[in-house]
Amino acid sequence: MNKFKFEQRFKDLPCRALVAAFLCSFVFGVGTAHSMDGLGKVATPDELKAWDIDVRPDFVGLPKGSGSVEKGMEVWEAQCASCHGVFGESNEVFTPLVGGTTEEDIKAGRVAALKNGSSPQRTTLMKVPTLSTLWDYINRAMPWTAPKTLSTEEVYAVTAYILNMGGLVDDDFTLSDKNMAEVQNKLPNRNGMQTNHGMWLVSGKPDVKEKRCMSNCKPASKITSSLPEYARDSHGNLKDQNRLVGPVRGSVTVADAGQKKSAEPKLSTNSGESLFKANGCVACHAVDQKKLGPSVVAVAQKYADKPDSKDYLAGKIKGGSSGVWGDMPMPAQGHLSDEDLSALSAWFLSKKK
Amino acid sequence: MSFDIPSDTPLGQVVRAPENFVSRSDIALVNRVNDTDRRSFFKKAFAAAAVGTVAASPALAAAAKSDPAILNLPAHSKGLGQPVAARPYGLPSKYEENLQRRESPGLTRVNASSVSFCPLQGLFGVVTPSGLHFERHHQGWWDIDPTQHRLMINGLVKKQMVFTVDELMRMESVSRIHFIECGANSGMEWGNVAVPTVQYTHGMLSCSEFTGVPLIKVLEYCGVDLKKGRFILAEGADGSSMTRTIPMEMVESGEVLLAYGQNGEMLRPENGYPLRLVVPGVQGVSWVKYLRRIEVGDKPYGTKDEAIHYVDLMPDGTHRQYTSIQECKSVITTPSGGQKLLAKGFYNITGLAWSGRGKITGVDVSTDGGKNWKTARLQGPINDKSLTRFNLPWVWDGKSDVLLQSRAVDSTGYVQPAYRALREVRGEKSVYHNNAIQSWRVDAAGEVHNVHVG
Repeated sequence: MNKFKFEQRFKDLPCRALVAAFLCSFVFGVGTAHSMDGLGKVATPDELKAWDIDVRPDFVGLPKGSGSVEKGMEVWEAQCASCHGVFGESNEVFTPLVGGTTEEDIKAGRVAALKNGSSPQRTTLMKVPTLSTLWDYINRAMPWTAPKTLSTEEVYAVTAYILNMGGLVDDDFTLSDKNMAEVQNKLPNRNGMQTNHGMWLVSGKPDVKEKRCMSNCKPASKITSSLPEYARDSHGNLKDQNRLVGPVRGSVTVADAGQKKSAEPKLSTNSGESLFKANGCVACHAVDQKKLGPSVVAVAQKYADKPDSKDYLAGKIKGGSSGVWGDMPMPAQGHLSDEDLSALSAWFLSKKK
Repeated sequence: MSFDIPSDTPLGQVVRAPENFVSRSDIALVNRVNDTDRRSFFKKAFAAAAVGTVAASPALAAAAKSDPAILNLPAHSKGLGQPVAARPYGLPSKYEENLQRRESPGLTRVNASSVSFCPLQGLFGVVTPSGLHFERHHQGWWDIDPTQHRLMINGLVKKQMVFTVDELMRMESVSRIHFIECGANSGMEWGNVAVPTVQYTHGMLSCSEFTGVPLIKVLEYCGVDLKKGRFILAEGADGSSMTRTIPMEMVESGEVLLAYGQNGEMLRPENGYPLRLVVPGVQGVSWVKYLRRIEVGDKPYGTKDEAIHYVDLMPDGTHRQYTSIQECKSVITTPSGGQKLLAKGFYNITGLAWSGRGKITGVDVSTDGGKNWKTARLQGPINDKSLTRFNLPWVWDGKSDVLLQSRAVDSTGYVQPAYRALREVRGEKSVYHNNAIQSWRVDAAGEVHNVHVG
């Protein structure tokens, strides 16, 4: 049957569309409905257990277990304090976890400082409305350099210790799957979230309205904010961040940039140096200038001539350190092998001038 | 008096004749006459200059002096070049090294949980070169062995299943161009100007052609319960195991992709190799990289990045949770902050516009800080939830009162707001989802500055 005859035959049938849909599904069925057949395998219970680790605000997914504030303090001091501070207050590496909440906030479930701006920073406890969030995140992503290595008990314990530092639970408290919901009802910002906005779905309704005016839309413009002159070089020499040809050049914002650039040491294949670069040390340290931490040269000057300086430095890098070069603590780099630690500290010491 | 090329003349720049070589009335005249007459006009103008005073001769000297770049044949014209495959994976010219992803100093303290910004100031068209795509990592990036990577589908499905990358790549695929923007893009600028250039004001933005499988197809294959399962949780395989809740409406639209391809090759490791979720129109944090698991559920998940971060503070002290859509926005990329115009005269004002709710339907450009606007030319094809390039011809008269702005309109009729309108509703502390109109001030020296305009 050719196409024309086929269409004639079904032309006046009320069920034409249905028939066509049936035929289409048959024709395309060969191509698509079967295109995944045989692909994938059914997940085993062990596989699901290994990966399905999320915990929801209604505590679906929360493993049975418990952990005490006391135990939490132990874990905290060994694994968390180097980044988050002894009291969870540190702002040196990440935004603070604890602070900015009051007894009244705990009663009301709303953090007053979020409205009146009395806290310089928004800490985790000022924001988090659901305890599951803390448990889930610590379990999946902490500690920073060795995520997913805490036991269930340690996750409960660290969560309990954070709550204790925030004044939500007493020193002798033990957090468990049985009392998570109860403690969640003490979170200072548990009533502070809203979802009645148009920004979750593509079809949502915008909250800000602007008109498309084309001419004489307002009086002459005033400049209300600009970058202060002293901040001109805050992002380096902008000349070096623009192309050498085209309608524009980058503005010269660092006068002696040419010299500085050529004076920059070239990255060698030295393994100590590549470790320095690959392990995030450069976030806080530079070779010959002070950043958040001391320069490599300054460290070398201080220790190079001392006995056992290599082992001493390796220990400092591995375990973290604070108080030697100022208030800024250095996080522990426990993931580095002894070999790498040795190469890294030897490279540091080789920079003595 | 001889005409010397100033020592600070940038490499490759054509040296212009001194200003006022041709007077304004002569320019007006030449604009009125036809082409044949123009030639005779120029003859006359040059003749007039030639018989002028000695002081007027620099113009002629410049015209007469031959260009050493032409006279002295360079090495590449007189020697043998590099063989094929000298660089089996090609690299940009060494002269392009200024255009790199960069961190904003002081923004974060640890560079494994940080951002590098895309150099929008030097890019053309709408597709971001993969090596310049902005980065946002929450716990460092990895180069994952694709043969060992798996995707698990669990939760409210008949069959909880596991797929290899081989299997995902055997399925029917689609390729689509979409923008990705971090929810915190322009976040430093809510209250006041904080950074100098478009790389740092808007550089958490990129656009690629992504290739992959519509997630809905795979969920249907697993027997998804679309009645109860109104949310999915997407989870990464890296240390942070990033998780975000995505409403099922988006998945049902067919737009959400399990993507392995980016600009014709596999995803770059920094962008989630070998598998990432693509959620068009939605902020980057939901485009989970190193994607290992999709769970179908009946409630949102309240994860760290939707309960502690990526929540938008409102003036009443509440936070908006699950804000996701990147609303209509645009920015002029040339000329932009930290750039310097070479001289007076013609420029093509160009920039990018995008909307998480659909297509760009118009972009207007103002040179007086938003008092008067002209409609820019949009460069097609215009894709849904993609960057769109706009252009407007402009002559800089050398004056210092120029305030450049662009304002985009999308297919829902939404108009990109000025700061005033945005702050009226959301205050200045939201951090996320700042889509206000950007202003650049051009000063008398041709230097361009980031400013806020009232």
